[in-house]
Amino acid sequence: MISTSRWLPFEKPLQEIEEQIKQLEELAASRGIDRSEKIAELRAKHTELSQQIFSNLSAWDKTLLARHPNRPYTLDYLKLVFDDFIEIHGDRRFGDDPAIVAGVGRLDGQTVMVIGHQKGRDVKERQFRNFGSARPEGYRKAMRVMELAERSGVPVVSFVDTPAAEARMEAEERGISESIASSMALMSRLRTPIYVVVVGEGGSGGALAISVGDHLAMLEHSIYSIMPPEGCAAILDTFGRDGSRGFEAAEALKLTAQDNLQLGIVDEVIPEPLGGAHRRAVDTAQLIKASMLRVLPKLRRKPIEELLEERYAKYRKIGQFAE
Amino acid sequence: MTDQPQTPQGYQQLAGAPPKGIPAGLWEKCPKCRAMLYVKELERNLRVCPTCQHHFRLSPSERIAQMTDNGSFHEIDADMTSGNPLDFPDYLEKLAGDVAKTGRNEGFLYGDALIGEVPVVYGMADFAFRGGSMGSVYGEKVARALERGATLQRPVVLVCASGGARMQEGIVSLMQMAKTAAACERLKAAGQLYLVIMSDPTWAGVLASFASLGDIIIAEPAAGIGFAGPRVIEQNLKIKLPPGSHTAEFQLAHGMIDMVVPRRELRATVSKLLAYLSPAAQPDANETLILPLAG
Repeated sequence: MISTSRWLPFEKPLQEIEEQIKQLEELAASRGIDRSEKIAELRAKHTELSQQIFSNLSAWDKTLLARHPNRPYTLDYLKLVFDDFIEIHGDRRFGDDPAIVAGVGRLDGQTVMVIGHQKGRDVKERQFRNFGSARPEGYRKAMRVMELAERSGVPVVSFVDTPAAEARMEAEERGISESIASSMALMSRLRTPIYVVVVGEGGSGGALAISVGDHLAMLEHSIYSIMPPEGCAAILDTFGRDGSRGFEAAEALKLTAQDNLQLGIVDEVIPEPLGGAHRRAVDTAQLIKASMLRVLPKLRRKPIEELLEERYAKYRKIGQFAE
Repeated sequence: MTDQPQTPQGYQQLAGAPPKGIPAGLWEKCPKCRAMLYVKELERNLRVCPTCQHHFRLSPSERIAQMTDNGSFHEIDADMTSGNPLDFPDYLEKLAGDVAKTGRNEGFLYGDALIGEVPVVYGMADFAFRGGSMGSVYGEKVARALERGATLQRPVVLVCASGGARMQEGIVSLMQMAKTAAACERLKAAGQLYLVIMSDPTWAGVLASFASLGDIIIAEPAAGIGFAGPRVIEQNLKIKLPPGSHTAEFQLAHGMIDMVVPRRELRATVSKLLAYLSPAAQPDANETLILPLAG
């Protein structure tokens, strides 16, 4: 199970209450002192305070939550959402990218092809997963899976959670731009339903590469942005080219799930359990699963030409201009 | 996505102040070799430095004059203007500044044209407008250009010059990548040819969408081409990149583009490709193509 030992600044008041509860429980266990009334009181206060804090999060708070080191990652959800998952590897051209996982999943007795970014939990795994920054071979592996889904007549389900695509030299040499462009192009015409859920960071082109689809959902405290807010602040005069003003850029970029829903970019915001996905991974996974089970049958019932026209129109209409 | 990793350099600005006694506008300094060039001669040379072959950035009117048959270009949707979908601070002021600077409403324009007598849809970016960055209008025009090619059964030729997706339209800009990539597929499904010309620079969100999807991709010599600008990578990742990375020649060596073509040969190369490859130029589908027998 995921520990909840790391606290974000705005979670501090909750941390204090939880520590008090723990002390009282230990007291009860070691000396037999019954403080259940006080504990119940603290729990009620905890819930009330949680509701207050989590309904007033700033865009920056959400950015921190979306990147929370204890937040469930794709592989955590795969275990919790699917009855079974068989991972497959490699792009058949260069290598296998651990920053993207892909395979065959069983969702409530039905087959789906699954792709998703994967971050690492500890130092070693973080390096192995390249912090969730995919390389060209990751996107090419994802494309293999999409094509297999099309041939097999099963839907694609995509989990998005990346700070950005890998930009280092080796990614450039192997065509990171081409792989992103081709993946989006393929998804735009793939003759099978595509369900996408942003579970953490929807970071720029690296996220978009596997998130073109028929239904785009975001978890309540996830973000989807053209650029990390710190990076945006560092390059724009508007924020004095000062990377430490990321909290201002986060507001301006309208990167929260709620903003993205309002802008018409996403179709659904999936609520997270009180306190965020990192506090209750199992419940969060159930909410994601419920959304998939509600949406996928509707998408599968549509004639494929209609689905493709609607998918094209969905992206085609994004943009604001006057003529 | 980078907004502008390098100093934007307006095409109509002088690269340096002319020496004393020389009237401004008559001479221009090559930003690469620092030679003082007589503007008229520079223009006769298609704005390529005769000394070091540096390719100056071109304005859309220069791109039109250099590529299309005389007087054949007719712009479409010239009046389209950006909104401010995120209510991003300073954005409308910045747009107004660029409209005043370039005399254009946005950083991309397209229209019908003839190239070597072949009817095409021809579009190009204006780097002087917000660093050629792709926002709503830009993405919409790219998509319309590609759709027009599909509908009218004409090849599409696009010239890129961009710092990437436009930061001030945030996620709406990012989504233009998906929109334009999807439109590329529509053109291809219609059986039409799509030629891309990457000029200096072609970065980030533009490179990672419609620019990389060309059937044939041509780049101008030494054009900066890459997913992230070298300076951005060096700053963010604290690494030093080898010289010559993220250029047209680098991308050619790594198989990402088809050819690097000097500007003086660009029009002839594009004309030939259009004449040889465009579906309209092929013999009637019902006729059997008769190949001369060898020997």
